[in-house]
Amino acid sequence: MLIKQVTVEGKDFKTIFKEFMVPVVAILLALIVGSIFIKFSGRSVLEAYKALFTGALGGWLSLSKTLVETTPLIFTGLAVAFAFRCGLFNIGGEGQFIIGAIFSAYLGYTLALPGIIHIPVCLMGGIIGGGVWGALAGWLKARYGAHEVITTIMLNFIASKLGLYLVNGPMQEPTHLRPITPKISASAELWRFASPSRLNIAIFIGIMCIVLIYYILQKTTLGYEIRAVGFNPWAAEYAGITVKRNIILAMFISGALAGMAGATQVMGIAHSYNNELSAGLGFQGIAVALLGRNNPFGVGLAAFLFGALINGAIKMQSLARTPKEIIQVIQGLVIIFVAADQIARFFLQIKLNKKRQADAMHLQQEQGEKC
Amino acid sequence: MLNDLLSWSLITVTITKSVPLLYAALGGVFSENAGVVNICLEGIMLIGAFTAAVVAYFTENLWLGLLGAMIAGGLIGFLHAILSIKFKTDQIVGGTAINIFAVGITEYLVFVIFGQPGATPPLRVTFESFSFPLAKYFLIYMAFLMVGVTYFLLYKTPLGLRIRAVGEHPRAADTVGINVYRIRYLCVIISGILAGIGGAYLSVGEGGLFSKQMTASRGFIALAAMIFGKWKPIGTMGACLFFGFCDNLQATLQGKVPIPSEFMLMIPYLLTIIVLAGVIGRARPPASDGVPYDPSER
Repeated sequence: MLIKQVTVEGKDFKTIFKEFMVPVVAILLALIVGSIFIKFSGRSVLEAYKALFTGALGGWLSLSKTLVETTPLIFTGLAVAFAFRCGLFNIGGEGQFIIGAIFSAYLGYTLALPGIIHIPVCLMGGIIGGGVWGALAGWLKARYGAHEVITTIMLNFIASKLGLYLVNGPMQEPTHLRPITPKISASAELWRFASPSRLNIAIFIGIMCIVLIYYILQKTTLGYEIRAVGFNPWAAEYAGITVKRNIILAMFISGALAGMAGATQVMGIAHSYNNELSAGLGFQGIAVALLGRNNPFGVGLAAFLFGALINGAIKMQSLARTPKEIIQVIQGLVIIFVAADQIARFFLQIKLNKKRQADAMHLQQEQGEKC
Repeated sequence: MLNDLLSWSLITVTITKSVPLLYAALGGVFSENAGVVNICLEGIMLIGAFTAAVVAYFTENLWLGLLGAMIAGGLIGFLHAILSIKFKTDQIVGGTAINIFAVGITEYLVFVIFGQPGATPPLRVTFESFSFPLAKYFLIYMAFLMVGVTYFLLYKTPLGLRIRAVGEHPRAADTVGINVYRIRYLCVIISGILAGIGGAYLSVGEGGLFSKQMTASRGFIALAAMIFGKWKPIGTMGACLFFGFCDNLQATLQGKVPIPSEFMLMIPYLLTIIVLAGVIGRARPPASDGVPYDPSER
């Protein structure tokens, strides 16, 4: 009973506002520090940020390209956030992405099925591939107490080497000079609805996952148990929750989400697998989850923000001659400021205090006038 | 095949491949024995490699480049220390942030300073171009000297005892009058300096330039080596040499044995997992590794 009372989140307006303000302040601080770097390079800050903004959100084409970048980040962000809620730090998004992508690409080019079956089958491949890779780390933690941070980093390397081996050997398209798998059949491709951009229905799958993960976490016994383990594993154990089972299960679901990122990138974007496909998306998921405060809807917003930054950066580079790598600088700063939320709270506190002082002064003045 | 294996070059290449790992891993030994998980070794190495290359490029002085890498590494270490000690940020989150930041800032500055993406122009001098052996192999000798220094410092001096006390049981250390925060700051900064030198070895030592993401996850491998070496300096050295050997063996045996080279490259990571799982000799981290110290907590 005690756990239930503690883990039910106090969702009054004030806490929601605070939860929302810390990331916002962190983003602003990161943009300010980022502008110092831009200024230092002799470019115009205003021009750069303007190009960044129009590149990300100016017009339907820009927006659809932003959503293309957003899609995988939703999945990898949810993956990290879900594991976090169980008290686990899944750094293995990269490896789970790779295994998921390989599974789905394999099913995509070997099978010949009607689209209505082929697409779910390939997605399932991604879910199982990523899930098993994640659950492996969960099992190592539950069975042997091996810390998931180190094991997932190691599993990332192993997955990457495995991918390298497969695209250079058994799974290589013989007619290609580059190490790349054969193209998946058209029936496994996700429908692109906003040509010329590569935006595809994976974005809706992502949004569905946001709702689903929220539902699992907040409305089901499974989610309740997972949060209880994340909150206090000893208390959860005492309350009759099997901690080990939940750790493995949480890592499976987390890995499955990262695997879906891999599957949808194969089925919607690349239409084949090559070993550069993950391109740090798993790691960026950590940033997305942190910025989204491990809340599924927050993850959605954070993924959109990072998608906008990544896409806008291309225009910023061409129009304002500002290297697009500044985006990674800003991303790193955002996480530093979100993670050390005391910094953001410090700035918020100053503002609030000033406002309080101003209010108090105002009140005194009013009272003075009345007298 | 045996001749290929037991050649002089195998030994030298193994050593040179393990040197950057060794610096970073010893950094990890300092930081984690004092109770701060340092997952940003990778980012610090990258910034060290970059700083060394830039300073050496403009001053044409390798020693200044090395000094630059040490200062930059120390500063990033200091940043990690502030985040994890003062702000009590989750140390893995803070480290990950620094890793992402390091990739971005180095690539950005390469573009801004040299006007070309990806890499600096080649350096005119590297440590390889010295003719005097002590200078030529300075970074290599230093790496193995540092193993001895670290061992002596950690196990034979009062400071070392304090460091280990702070990593095992900070409250007890605090009670007997050790300044927990100061020891932790010191160790994380030392760890940054060492990882910075490891990065410098890659750029001004053997690479002759800085290219983007040139550390290629060596920071993470160093972390693995530190765990494989059970958080101890001598063991860590053994692990670094072994990982360097695996890397080298893979290159030597490629095409000569039926095992794909990618699988041989997996060996260090598989072994790290196995050791961490306790199948062959359990690896136990310092008791308070990764736990922020809060004097007001009971």
